[in-house]
Amino acid sequence: MTVDSRLAGLREPQVQRQKSSLFRQSLKRLMKNKLAVAGFGVVVFMFALCFIGPFFSPYADNKINMAMMNKAPSLQHLLGTDALGRDILTRVMQAGRISLTVGLASMVLSVFIGALLGAVAGYYRGIADQIIMRIADLLMTIPGLPLLFIFGALLSEWKVPTDYRMYIVMLMLSIVNWPGLARMVRGQMLSLREREFMQAAVVLGLRDSRKLFHHLLPNVVPLLIVMATLNIGGAILSESVLSFFGLGVMPPTPTWGNMIDAANNMIDFQDHPWLWIPPGLSIFATVIAINIFGDGLRDVLDPKQKR
Amino acid sequence: MKHLMKIEGLSTVFHTEEGKVTAVDHVSFQVREGETVCIVGESGCGKSVTAMSIMGLVEAPGGQVNGGQIDFAGEDLLRLDKNTLRAIRGNEIAMIFQEPMSSLNPVMKIGEQIMEPLMVHLKLNKKQARIRAIELITQVGIARPEQIFGSYPHELSGGMLQRIMIAIAVSCSPKLLIADEPTTALDVTIQAQILDMLREFKESGGMSILLITHDLGVVAEMADYVIVMYSGQIVEEGGVVELFNHPKHPYTRGLLKSKPVVGQRLEELYSIPGQVPNPLTLEQSCYFHDRCEHCMPVCRSRQPRLEELGGGQKTACWLYEEAEVHV
Amino acid sequence: MSTYLTKRLLYMLIILFAASLLIFILYASTPGDFITGNIKLTAERKAELREIYGLNKPVLERYGIWMNNAFHGDFGYSLAQQKPVLQLFNDYIWNSFLLAAVSTFLTWVIAVIVGVISAYKQYSWFDTLVMVAIFAAMSLPSFFIGLFLIKILAVDLKWLPPGGMITTGSHATGLAYLKEVVRHMALPVVVMTLLGLGSLTRYFRSNMIDVLKQDYIRTARAKGLKERKVLFRHALRNALLPAITLVGFELPALFGGSLIIEQIFNWPGIGQLYMKSFGLRDYPLLMGFTMFIAILTVIGTLLSDILYRVADPRVRL
Repeated sequence: MTVDSRLAGLREPQVQRQKSSLFRQSLKRLMKNKLAVAGFGVVVFMFALCFIGPFFSPYADNKINMAMMNKAPSLQHLLGTDALGRDILTRVMQAGRISLTVGLASMVLSVFIGALLGAVAGYYRGIADQIIMRIADLLMTIPGLPLLFIFGALLSEWKVPTDYRMYIVMLMLSIVNWPGLARMVRGQMLSLREREFMQAAVVLGLRDSRKLFHHLLPNVVPLLIVMATLNIGGAILSESVLSFFGLGVMPPTPTWGNMIDAANNMIDFQDHPWLWIPPGLSIFATVIAINIFGDGLRDVLDPKQKR
Repeated sequence: MKHLMKIEGLSTVFHTEEGKVTAVDHVSFQVREGETVCIVGESGCGKSVTAMSIMGLVEAPGGQVNGGQIDFAGEDLLRLDKNTLRAIRGNEIAMIFQEPMSSLNPVMKIGEQIMEPLMVHLKLNKKQARIRAIELITQVGIARPEQIFGSYPHELSGGMLQRIMIAIAVSCSPKLLIADEPTTALDVTIQAQILDMLREFKESGGMSILLITHDLGVVAEMADYVIVMYSGQIVEEGGVVELFNHPKHPYTRGLLKSKPVVGQRLEELYSIPGQVPNPLTLEQSCYFHDRCEHCMPVCRSRQPRLEELGGGQKTACWLYEEAEVHV
Repeated sequence: MSTYLTKRLLYMLIILFAASLLIFILYASTPGDFITGNIKLTAERKAELREIYGLNKPVLERYGIWMNNAFHGDFGYSLAQQKPVLQLFNDYIWNSFLLAAVSTFLTWVIAVIVGVISAYKQYSWFDTLVMVAIFAAMSLPSFFIGLFLIKILAVDLKWLPPGGMITTGSHATGLAYLKEVVRHMALPVVVMTLLGLGSLTRYFRSNMIDVLKQDYIRTARAKGLKERKVLFRHALRNALLPAITLVGFELPALFGGSLIIEQIFNWPGIGQLYMKSFGLRDYPLLMGFTMFIAILTVIGTLLSDILYRVADPRVRL
């Protein structure tokens, strides 16, 4: 056994313990923030409602029922029915599955792309940094909404089947969202590089990959978790805008955004508000809960970045 | 000599996430007219909080003076209403701080900041305040006062800024000047100048000074009377000469021993072993017991009281109470 | 400073050039064009028109022509409206500016006041309420809150007109005209203010909280100043200073209109013009609008950078 490995053996468990206690400490502090806990509760509730709720609904098959067209909320249909006699509550839950999935998946994708490219740019600097950051600048210069509209129109051109459109919408949102994340991770990396413990790592002669993955990235993780959380809310909002304007996920695949599209019809807008208000409130409730929870997380994980 | 300020059983607590911390624990002392009293102790011993409690500036959230009285010129500062206390602050009791670089507002001109207390407390108009401010800048030994009047804090050095802070503090001729580590952030040569200046203002204006420091050199140079604090309590106090010549409390002795003396090169500089106890977990005991080389069983279970040991010197230590019992 | 500026300007130009190429190619590859959508035309007439508008040339050649004209100050001709793009911008942009300027002003005033009080009373019930309101404002789907308010305030209660800038067929002039416009503006301004309030209030609140912890605030209090003076003379000045940099970022929003709000409220601004043109595939207009926003974004960023250097007291000399 070399001295080094023995030392490592001595050190590892201690590090492990510290990690878990740091985690527990953070959790404890998070639990004290009642607002954040409530936010988390609402998020869990919305997920549960959307993913489990339809199994308990007698209307989950979305059968067209001409006898029950555009009925106002009643005991039988708590949120009323739409033009095809489908139950709105069930539709909202099913739409939530798509909207939440799109939000979550596009977050994962943007964070993955943003963190990877930002880390590479900040760590290696030089040409890689130049190329990545110039592309990011370019994407950030072009206004986001028109860019999404163009992508949306292109989607229709490529005759993407409506079932697959949601995957492309995820990709679109990530393309628009990654540059901001990359820029932040890069900035964090650049400042971390200059810190003492990194200079110690250099003096110790650690390998690049070890420096990057064991010393630098873990220090960015708290920031990433916070940004990722807040990003879900943003992605849900963007998806709803696109789908509302008919450029995102399209019927028959329901999302909260394209359900509100009913409001574009003058009669539905004025006389059948139960068609479009419930999905709107669902978006609002979900996003506000995510934002409050994300802010609570930020307080705990990244107190310096309070902004 | 008549006392100017008499503090009786002052206690200040902070409610933190981890629990209640008693930063100042039943502290009593007095400051006589024209006297310089020094409070010494390690960082975190409660000396700054004592000063802020006197000023009525213990900052929320969580901080709170919860007992005692501060008799200042016949009135209890802790029972005054906000407006009366504000009229005393900056007027009869002034304060200067440790970090001159951050103690002045970065976006306001120096002159404006000196004029403020003059206009608030002495009711001078703008013109008069300006003239007085320029006089004050001259008095603290800065050349080209007009130019300095119109400059911003970042354009001045730390030493200059501390002079400006002194100018602001003495502008309304206070009866008491509280100086919280006024020289800690400054170069050694500047330190001496600042201390000299404080002494001059004290003598010419007849004010008293409450000087808070951890530097025993500063104490030796400035103090008439010394108060040693540890973990929020006074452990020893006395006239500066007696205290330096005959320190009684093991902590005071440790402090004096750890001060290097020129001409005595020791193998190793002395330092008091151990660390200041965690203020959250204090128990009924002498708070110094686990760092004390004379620790006795009684030290772990009961708190010693501050007792007069002759010559005006007071010490809170079982060593001396035990001795009295035996004699 | 001047070499820094030259470098920045050069980089700006390159980025804008790249952006214009990218946008052009993207628009060119979106399905359909202005002519395809017009069912009244015969096939021969369509081909003819494509020839006239140059729509049958390769993309890069078209880009070259567009760029060349743009350099000469000619951003093309709207196909749908048969007017120069720049003239159309001039017709619509001021309506957008009116909405944006009023709501931006309101947003800033409310955000500063609420932010300061909230920071001063941190952890009070007022502060908690403000925090919840901030998150609510940040989480509003803009189109939904617009529709919701129209439904309640305009359709059901009939307090305010549901959209447009003047009542249809109205010929009001002078004061009556002004009154009409103000009534039509009310709802979109409320929604835009609401949408902007969240992040800005939060910004001022956290800035103010940071400032209130500073040593010089303690000094101000130790001088015996009134709390109001400490807050508004000493603290607010410091909290406002970094906000100068935000002015630059407001630039695109001020002149670029809001696609969603103008569309929902049928406000005759540049954003709505874009939405209409998008459906018609009126490329010169779409291209001109997108580039216009891109230019504003780039200038705004530069402006923010410069203002930041000016505002930071350690740089200011």
